[in-house]
Amino acid sequence: MKRARQHQSTPDRRATRRRMLSPRTWLTRHAQVALDSLGRLSRNPLATLMTAAVIGIALAMPASLYLLLSNMDRLSGSWDGQASLSVFLNDTVPVAAAATLAGRIRGWPEVAAVTLVTPEQALEEFRQRSGFADVLDTLDENPLPAVLLVLPAPEHAGPRSAAALQTRLQALPETAQAQLDLQWVQRLTAMLALAQRGVLLISALLALAVLLVVGNTIRLEILGRREEIVVTRLIGATDGFIRRPFLYSGTWYGIVGALLAWLLVETGFWLLTTPVRQLANLYQSSFQLQTLPLLLLLVLLAGGILLGLLGSWIAVGRHLGAIEPG
Amino acid sequence: MIRFDNISKRYPGGFEALSNISLELEAGAMAFVTGHSGAGKSTLLKLIALIERTTRGQLHINGQNVTNISRRRIPFIRRKIGFIFQDHNLLFDRTVFDNVALPLVITGYRHQEIGRRVRAALDKLGLLSKERMYPITLSGGEQQRVGIARAVVNKPLLLLADEPTGNLDPALSFEIMELFERFNQVGVTILIASHDIGLLDRLGYPVIALDHGRLAGMEQQYA
Ligand SMILES: Nc1ncnc2c1ncn2[C@@H]1O[C@H](COP(=O)(O)OP(=O)(O)OP(=O)(O)O)[C@@H](O)[C@H]1O
Ligand SMILES: [Mg+2]
Repeated sequence: MKRARQHQSTPDRRATRRRMLSPRTWLTRHAQVALDSLGRLSRNPLATLMTAAVIGIALAMPASLYLLLSNMDRLSGSWDGQASLSVFLNDTVPVAAAATLAGRIRGWPEVAAVTLVTPEQALEEFRQRSGFADVLDTLDENPLPAVLLVLPAPEHAGPRSAAALQTRLQALPETAQAQLDLQWVQRLTAMLALAQRGVLLISALLALAVLLVVGNTIRLEILGRREEIVVTRLIGATDGFIRRPFLYSGTWYGIVGALLAWLLVETGFWLLTTPVRQLANLYQSSFQLQTLPLLLLLVLLAGGILLGLLGSWIAVGRHLGAIEPG
Repeated sequence: MIRFDNISKRYPGGFEALSNISLELEAGAMAFVTGHSGAGKSTLLKLIALIERTTRGQLHINGQNVTNISRRRIPFIRRKIGFIFQDHNLLFDRTVFDNVALPLVITGYRHQEIGRRVRAALDKLGLLSKERMYPITLSGGEQQRVGIARAVVNKPLLLLADEPTGNLDPALSFEIMELFERFNQVGVTILIASHDIGLLDRLGYPVIALDHGRLAGMEQQYA
């Protein structure tokens, strides 16, 4: 086809069109899309809050379980006298020597206190507690050895240093046997480790649930804005441009969900504060629940944003491609 | 600006909407595509905008072979093209202003620049007073003009119009055609699909006539 008309002026349009965006403009545009997405969500507050609440609860569950566990961990670590050692001395060691030895051990840096239980005291205690008084009376000699009850210093009360202390005590020439009474601490530690595994598992499942919820919400949003996607594509929108508002929606869901989760966890722990303090008082403990609110908020936000973004990314990847003009 | 080399278009159903079309439209030209309903006018325009892809033949736009261009690069071709759709394709949940601003937003213009350009385009089409209204509250002709404003706001190199005067009265049709002529005078290449034979005759631009998907004739007229 021949040209119909000749034109004199053909301004160079490309120069005006292809202007580079400065980083600031780029940021402004992203901020605009982000605010747009937020505005869209706030126009439908009930639906938005419902989705966010599901995310919030799903995030709050593992967060509070984890906090409970770490508080129990702290509790087991701070228990006074949790690890005590009983050192049974050879029966050849006279009481005076046992007392000197107690004094020496008391000087060790890893030891908080040493109590000497002489054979006589031990026998007396045994007589009172066991009900075998008559049997004991028939014995000529006291069969019980002297015992040193050793309490490690708080910073050496952990299972490992307590075990080291046990080895050191065992090595003493006066020692017949050094016994470490750690059993219940070890059991608790093992249980906590198991529970931590459980929390990890629950977290993974709930994260999956959040992904599905966000993914489905974004899928519905994509279907609802089908027209718009088709038209913007026709006008020359890139995939990135079309994707962006949905990714921001997902991110907002994550943020609002994280804030709700934080509120839930903090409120829950706040409600527990008083009963826990009362309980601790009964045990003469100064134990208090700790949640580290700021750190918790940051972690929840990071988790929420990550899951929201990922969920919407998956939905966008699956459903945007199918919407083509034609 | 546009070159068709033996292009055919077969739709997924197997129907061949265009058969073996060869034509060339030079930069700065203005021409019409005409033909009966179902002749393939819309199909021809859609091939150029890469909304539909050619089944056979080679397509060049602005000197570039776009026959097998990747999906990823299509948006950048489309941004050089203003498309006025037969069925408007307006977004009904956005104001007239936002509809017209869409191409500029997609390209990433600055806020002030968008406002300036959109108002200029609306002004040209006599829609400045409707800027805050929603398309659903406009008449068919007004919606058509919003579609035209959106197509020209980006100052495209090439303007494709599918029945742009379909809903307009004769006086308004003529005004719109004059507007196209003015764009054409500043260098925009224009291709208009229309079956308004009276209008075509009066204007006297080259006409690509289609008949059942075949090139029936290329009349060359000069005003
Ligand atoms: N997406 C599609 N799938 C299958 N067939 C199609 C499709 N689009 C158009 N066709 C067919 O291709 C032929 C040409 O259609 P086209 O829309 O190009 O015609 P037209 O000349 O624009 O007609 P009108 O003047 O009515 O708008 C028609 O027979 C139509 O049925
Ligand atoms: Mg048509």
